[in-house]
Amino acid sequence: MKIEYQDLNLMLQKFRTNPYKIYPVLTPHTGYIREFKVKERDFVKGPSGKWLEKPGTPLFILERERNQKVIRAKISGEVQKLRIDLLNKFVEAEEIILEIKHPLSQEEIVSEILLSALYIVKAPETARYTLSPSLASKLEKQGIGKVKVKKGEEILIMAFMKRETPIYFPEEGDFVIYHVYFAPFQLVERDQPLIGFCLEENLPHLQKIIERIKEEWPKS
Amino acid sequence: MKLEWHRKIKDLLDTAIYIKDIKGEDFLSISSLIEDISKVYEDFYQYDEKFIENFITQVENRLKFIIDEGEKTLTPYEIVKITRHPQRFTLQDILENVYDSYMELGGEGELNIDPAMVCAKATIVRKVGNDLYFHQVMVIGHEKGHGEDFRQGGSAKPWGNEKAFRYMKMAETEGIPIHFFIFTPGAYPIEDYPGSTQQIARNLYCMAKLKVPTVAFISEGGSGGAEAIGLADKRLMAEKGYYSVISPEGAAAIEAKLKEGRPPRELVEKCAKALKLTAKDNLEFGIIDKIIPEPPLGARRKDYEFFRKLRFELIKATDEIILQTRSLKFLRKYVLSKQDTEEFKFFVNWDLDEDEIEILIENRYKKYRKMSQWAVCEPKSVFKTFFDFGHTLSLKFKNEIKYRILRPSHKTFKKFLDELTSESSLLLKPVSDPVKTVYNLIVGKKIKAKIPTPILTEEEITPYTSPLALEDKTVTCPSAEKYGCPDIWVPDLYGEFCGVCPNCGYHFPLEYKWYLNNIFDKNSVKTFNDDIASGNPLEYEGYAEKLKEARERTKLKSALLSFEAKIGGISLVAVMLIGDFRQGTVGVAEGEKFIRAIELAKVTRRPFLALVHTTGGIRIHEGTLGLTQMPRCTMAVRDYVDAGGLYIVVYDNNSYAGPVASFLGSAPYQFALKSTRLGFAGPRVIRETTGQDVPPDYHSAENALKRGHIQGIWDRRELRKKLFLALLTMGGKNLYYR
Repeated sequence: MKIEYQDLNLMLQKFRTNPYKIYPVLTPHTGYIREFKVKERDFVKGPSGKWLEKPGTPLFILERERNQKVIRAKISGEVQKLRIDLLNKFVEAEEIILEIKHPLSQEEIVSEILLSALYIVKAPETARYTLSPSLASKLEKQGIGKVKVKKGEEILIMAFMKRETPIYFPEEGDFVIYHVYFAPFQLVERDQPLIGFCLEENLPHLQKIIERIKEEWPKS
Repeated sequence: MKLEWHRKIKDLLDTAIYIKDIKGEDFLSISSLIEDISKVYEDFYQYDEKFIENFITQVENRLKFIIDEGEKTLTPYEIVKITRHPQRFTLQDILENVYDSYMELGGEGELNIDPAMVCAKATIVRKVGNDLYFHQVMVIGHEKGHGEDFRQGGSAKPWGNEKAFRYMKMAETEGIPIHFFIFTPGAYPIEDYPGSTQQIARNLYCMAKLKVPTVAFISEGGSGGAEAIGLADKRLMAEKGYYSVISPEGAAAIEAKLKEGRPPRELVEKCAKALKLTAKDNLEFGIIDKIIPEPPLGARRKDYEFFRKLRFELIKATDEIILQTRSLKFLRKYVLSKQDTEEFKFFVNWDLDEDEIEILIENRYKKYRKMSQWAVCEPKSVFKTFFDFGHTLSLKFKNEIKYRILRPSHKTFKKFLDELTSESSLLLKPVSDPVKTVYNLIVGKKIKAKIPTPILTEEEITPYTSPLALEDKTVTCPSAEKYGCPDIWVPDLYGEFCGVCPNCGYHFPLEYKWYLNNIFDKNSVKTFNDDIASGNPLEYEGYAEKLKEARERTKLKSALLSFEAKIGGISLVAVMLIGDFRQGTVGVAEGEKFIRAIELAKVTRRPFLALVHTTGGIRIHEGTLGLTQMPRCTMAVRDYVDAGGLYIVVYDNNSYAGPVASFLGSAPYQFALKSTRLGFAGPRVIRETTGQDVPPDYHSAENALKRGHIQGIWDRRELRKKLFLALLTMGGKNLYYR
């Protein structure tokens, strides 16, 4: 679990040289591409609004059995590798029509770094979770990055249908709580991250890296 | 003296600012006058007494001239601005100046269930010669406040309207008259429990048969919010008040087809004029009973003369309602009608006995039944009138004999016979049981034949396939991304699937003819009152063309179809609001057809069904004539349900605003098809009023069920079966009348 300072640096270097993530847009089924609604290098928006109720930018129209379906962007970014040659041509399912070059925001980069640098405890079941009372009070007093946990210590309580099951910390080593991904008693889906733990010795490096990210990248 | 002058100058400054706000800053150099007054007000102590005295006289004369000129050119939109001005009198001013004493109920000021709705027990004094008579009344009204944010400008929240409902019931228990005061731009359009729509419908349903006299005074009567406390025996209106189906801003947003943002000012002014929302217009239309005169450019908080007049008119209106119920009244009625001084010549006891209460409710029903009838567009002929009259009379006669004379006697006799059989069976049991056992052993036990119950078969309908099914193509379900629905072949979707996605159950809209053919028994649908047509009573600019286009396209004359039909042999009267005709909006024609249909159901003792294909609310182009269909139709519903009828409402597609907040929402049994959207106002109006966005599923049928608005969500494929079962279950033995 030990992360070398160089590893994190390398990762940061990678983001610096290419602060984007490429999302290919595939055809959901066979059909004819009838119209492109975007051009190469256009900026498109993903779904927005508080409940993501506003749909994303229309990308192209795919027609099957005279049903013209508007395929929309699911993420914001720049359009690239647009297959203009496919206009009015038949396409198979899952064929890449274009790519969206999504500029990573500060939060996304931090989240990527944390996911690879932290030891993540994931939700074993879809249930409501809360921190164990002792851990919760320690966290309230000492704050993030200061509460140590040991192997076998009760860290979480999983509650579902009035049945409460304790979850114990499984790893050896001097870990501290670095990030809590859920709100108390919020319903968390299975395999979603709950808490991120960091080895105490890695903590200064990690904090330094995150400080640098916050300085270099603008907020979304 | 100096201090008094200083105060006087402040009053003059307030008046000048008020004029500027109403008439605009360019009106007769009012801005420069404000500057002059402000200067003198600020440097007051630098001027000598003579100057101040002269200045006050000059300004007073100048302001009087400006006010008189302003009054001459007052436009409808300026009247709207008057009613909303912070200097205008509010309910608090009325409580302090019109009533002798009062005590606020259900909260006080900000510490209130809803500060926009004030309920108070008050005493009003009548002077007859040297004698003083104290009358207790319940005051219920909107409080706009003088600029306090927590009052929400008089927009009552659902729980505010619920508070009004409770105190109406309390006044009824105590037998004291109610004075309603309407100062609202509209209801706060949220669906949180008890819900705007539901509570307004409940209030209207309650007011329809309140056993006490009710007087309403309207200053700002904005749509459904006004109706929530507006169904009264007498409706008075302030001369500079407005009463409208929608705010001019709302009408302008609809006219401009705006989805976001504010409409242009010119369009708002045009709509204010077209809506005919002034007191004079409403009196002409017969929507209100009397106009209470106000000083030029409207009464403000310190216009005590106006309050005295209002006190007199409120007592007089209550007296008139009471006297209408009395047998010995003629002389007093005559004297009262001639009276215009503020001193009363006699005392009227405001207590009513049982017979008088009955007359009071009957008078109220007649009043609202007649309201707006002049605007009904119907071909008139002496023969038809005579025939209709004769037909109704014969129906009444036949059903009265059947249900009032024959059926009760039959019921009483049957009950007596049942009792007698039960009693005698107990007496004879010890003797008959051994004999019966031996007999059964020898002959075998006989099974009693069951009473036949109505059965539903699919063969009884005329299957109708939508023309939409003729296209050879597929469509995508709107929930495809969420539930992974495959594309649906259109002939399947609009044929076998009845417009329902087979994967997620999403309901695609279908034309109204589908319902007529696929729900009701073969050849059982018989429409009536088809000749009643939607008109343009306000002569709203551009509306006649829109109406003509709707008529030609749909081959219908109004958005409501009334018909007699059968489901599985159960005979019923039904109406259907059709979305194709002006989005199923309700105007005078639709209201009249609804009332006539429900009256037919009442006379013929049949269940009444309202199918809502779509309704967009009250038709704004018919102004308050359309709005008044809310109380009118709700009264008819109350009358029908109280008389023993079974009323069921089924919603589909979109159902919003006035009709849902009145005659549809007051139904005891309401159901919705899946994918229905149901509520008071759309997301744009909610955002503009509350400043908050609502989730996309805010108006869904699932949420309406959760809030208790509807009793169930049905699948369109099972609509006929579900309706049949509902009629049997809800109706039971009272299917054809309690």
